[in-house]
Amino acid sequence: MYAFGYHRPGSVADAVKLLADHPDAKLLAGGQTFIPTLKQRLAQPSDVIDLGGIAELRGIRAEGDNLVIGAMVKHGEVMRDATVKSMIPALADMAGVIGDTQVRNRGTLGGSISNNDPAADYPGAVVGLGATVITDRRQIAGEDFFTGLFETALEEGEIVTAVSFPKPVAAAYEKFRNPASRYAMVGVFVAKTAGGVRVAVTGAGPCVFRLPEFEQALSTNFAADAIQHLNVDASGLNADIHASAEYRAHLIKVVAKRALAKIR
Amino acid sequence: MATNGIGSSVKRKEDLRFITGSGRYTDDIQLPHQAYACFVRSPHAHATIGSIDRSAAEAMPGVLGVFTGEDVAADGLGGLICGWMVKSKDGSPMKAGPHPILAHGKVRYVGDHVAVVVAETLQQARDAAEAVIVDYGVLPAAVDVAKTHDSGIEIHTDIPNNLVYDWEIGDKAATDAAFANAKHVTRVELINNRLVPNAMEPRAALGHYDAGMDAYTLYTTSQNPHVARLVISAFVGIAPEHKLTVIAPDVGGGFGSKIFIYAEECVCLWASKKVRRPVKWTADRTEAFLSDAHGRDHVSVAEMAMDENGQFLALRVNTKANMGAYLSTFSSCIPTYLYATLLAGQYKTPAIYCDVQAYYTNTAPVDAYRGAGRPEATYLLETLVEECAKDMQLDPAEIRRRNFIPKDAFPYQTPVALQYDTGDYEPCLDKALELADYAGFPERRRQSEAKGKLRGIGFSAYIEACGIAPSAVIGSLGAGVGLWESAKVRFSHTGKVQVLTGTHSHGQGHETTFAQLVASKLGVAYEDVDVIHGDTSKTTVGMGTYGSRSLAVGGEALVKACDKVIAKGKKIAAHLLEASEQDIVFQDGNFSVAGTDRSKSIGEIVFAALVPHNYPPGLEPGMEETAYYDPANFTYPSGVYICELEVDPDSGVVEIQKFTAVDDFGNVINPMIVEGQVHGGLAQGIGQALLENAVYDESGQLISASYMDYTMPRADDLPSFVVHTTAGTACTHNSLGVKGCGEAGAIGSPPAVMNAVADAIGTRISMPATPEKVWRALQKTQLAQAAE
Repeated sequence: MYAFGYHRPGSVADAVKLLADHPDAKLLAGGQTFIPTLKQRLAQPSDVIDLGGIAELRGIRAEGDNLVIGAMVKHGEVMRDATVKSMIPALADMAGVIGDTQVRNRGTLGGSISNNDPAADYPGAVVGLGATVITDRRQIAGEDFFTGLFETALEEGEIVTAVSFPKPVAAAYEKFRNPASRYAMVGVFVAKTAGGVRVAVTGAGPCVFRLPEFEQALSTNFAADAIQHLNVDASGLNADIHASAEYRAHLIKVVAKRALAKIR
Repeated sequence: MATNGIGSSVKRKEDLRFITGSGRYTDDIQLPHQAYACFVRSPHAHATIGSIDRSAAEAMPGVLGVFTGEDVAADGLGGLICGWMVKSKDGSPMKAGPHPILAHGKVRYVGDHVAVVVAETLQQARDAAEAVIVDYGVLPAAVDVAKTHDSGIEIHTDIPNNLVYDWEIGDKAATDAAFANAKHVTRVELINNRLVPNAMEPRAALGHYDAGMDAYTLYTTSQNPHVARLVISAFVGIAPEHKLTVIAPDVGGGFGSKIFIYAEECVCLWASKKVRRPVKWTADRTEAFLSDAHGRDHVSVAEMAMDENGQFLALRVNTKANMGAYLSTFSSCIPTYLYATLLAGQYKTPAIYCDVQAYYTNTAPVDAYRGAGRPEATYLLETLVEECAKDMQLDPAEIRRRNFIPKDAFPYQTPVALQYDTGDYEPCLDKALELADYAGFPERRRQSEAKGKLRGIGFSAYIEACGIAPSAVIGSLGAGVGLWESAKVRFSHTGKVQVLTGTHSHGQGHETTFAQLVASKLGVAYEDVDVIHGDTSKTTVGMGTYGSRSLAVGGEALVKACDKVIAKGKKIAAHLLEASEQDIVFQDGNFSVAGTDRSKSIGEIVFAALVPHNYPPGLEPGMEETAYYDPANFTYPSGVYICELEVDPDSGVVEIQKFTAVDDFGNVINPMIVEGQVHGGLAQGIGQALLENAVYDESGQLISASYMDYTMPRADDLPSFVVHTTAGTACTHNSLGVKGCGEAGAIGSPPAVMNAVADAIGTRISMPATPEKVWRALQKTQLAQAAE
């Protein structure tokens, strides 16, 4: 780890100001990616702004048919929260399979989506449910938020404050873990929402993406059978020592069917 | 006493400190004025070193010194050695390139140690290490052992084709003749995948030069501190042996990787004198991946000649072994004397021939890793045997039974040098078949198929050779050391016992097992025995722990030391009891006059020896006895493992349903510890078969250099094991009748898993059987079936 300045603001406004004052600063949320990165000397921020002291970034609440989760809410809280479980049980299930117990007790929603690791689970839920990302200055549709490998629509100095998830008719998440890291090698979030069927795939490509062919097939029959005849194009998918693009393409269908099979 | 003696599952003494965080590992040791080392490592697999500019680093805050290979050379230090001279077929000695403790002129693998920075703090050392500028001239790298011969790349000067040796064993003419007359030949081509040992505690070293005493102390993560002392003094030449103490305190796992003498520990000790401060280094996990000696990495072809009944007539094997960029401490004997000598397995195959080409590559050095040669032999043989069964349409249990060395053939001379003293293989097979419910397998397979799953069962009948010995024989084969062991038993006035052993415990539980042994032999309380190891200033000499040798060799030395205590005790008892020495019998801690009720306890005898007011004239006071033991032979544990698993054809995921391990370890001191050793070995063996793989890319970068990409087995990857230790056949040449159990699980399990995978999917794939590999194999089979 390289030396850095440390700040712990008490409000989003203060955090935004600190970011503006320290252009080479980085935000610390749950630190599950950031701290190991620092320890391996793979990042050298001038300052670290710890969001852990900001009360307005915490909390889970229902707002009509939307579930609003604060950016600093930990995966373990989402997994256990009664409101989440009753409104969007698939989201609680998804949070419950992120990392391991230690990661879930530290890692946060805002940290996960702002980092946009291609193998993270949350982007699948955000895009799959058609959620809206709320920042200190605006609202961004989930689809528009994730722009590429570790890239988001966030501007310089912009901070995610919460995500608003609309309650779906039905939804489920399933993933195939990388055997070594246990990150999603392929994760598929399927949802039947007021706006139609959504299928979001994480882990398989450089960034979360939707599968229009699957969505179309599922909009008439929201069941595993409906996609049996479809195949996923491997071009553009990730390839590494654990899985080729072809295998990932194959797994997308396998995992999507398993997600659909979870829905009763 | 009896409840803690030989044969009882005493809970481990050492676990209290380990599970309460009170262990004392090398990195826990803090010396006054300690400084920290950070190594500058090569980012290239193969490069010349032009200049090294250390001026910026030297000027950085807290830096005490920056040293390079030039400094090592200027101080006239020697290099690291390989302690076993293997000769090629033509009698020529193996070709060992120099292995300086800091690279000189050239780097040969990613992670090669180029320079060291010593600073006041670790952060300062790391900062300065980044400021050392090395001018590399990048060269093409030879990575793949199968291609290095013809790569045209010269890794070490004047070692043509990167060939270290071309070695052979067995009768080639007899083997070829048997093949010529065979009714059937089964052939397999196999890769034994490279593994990273991954001890929980990374390597660490703390070197301390004491100017006042002109003496050196090295704390290090070692499985054999005495061997480290020998190599560092006699070959590297940092300190004379009598002025060097090596201490291996608690060590958190080794699996072979901490046998070897590494550059970093030498550098810390050497640099301590240069900066006149204790110098500490602790590997981070990336350094461990890059620079711990790796394991396995063989490419082999094996053929079995059979008659019409599936009787083995001859076995012919060729193996190419990857040695990495330098010959590590014992690397040369692994793919030769610890590998090819095991190729008879449990079978009476009359003719065997094996030749082995060992190659340098631009990868981390490869040396012993749990099993060391024997897992490679077992994987090869047991894969081949399973394929033989398939070709001959025989049940895999039956073909083994047909070829087992019969019980009455022991001692059995194999065609590959070893003589098995004892063994009885059928009872293990029978027990394994029973515990695995082999008869019920077809029904279970039907049930799996009904769920859309593929079910397979696989066998492995392994032989292992533990406690490598005797010294005279291994010396004649090129070993640079003797492989005896030493033990000392010493009493104090109050009858408490200290046991000093030259073996080293880094997970094995010697503090418990050896205390049980001494308590049983001397009739003292188990609680009154303390086992001391890992400090060359306490135990005079020793050879350490590896190759499942500690009990069979070190334990037997301890028995001999106990025998000397009893012999001396009898003299004292005879004097005190006014009887003839010949009439004194020793039992359960009491010296008695035979046929009388007159006796003295061992405590009374010891007290008399240390307060010799009434004492045999001429007899030395004190009760402290040392013994050395050089075994007459290896020991030969054996067993039969059966793996049953399910494959999900949609994803290719393999799930082990049941793993049955039946072992013959001879006599057992602590069954719980033995069972734990088997569990750990199975986890590593199953890890090799399904999960673990060290992958270098073509440029020599280690792709699997972290747990993000190197798949360590986790609890949920493994089933609950069915482990059974048979009454077995006691070793015939040590008094304890023990054989050793530390490596069996890792040796026997990979072929059982891979045979089960092959049985499930109908085709053979290489380790590790990752989901994609399994899925691709199934795709291929389906395509082939569709085409028919």
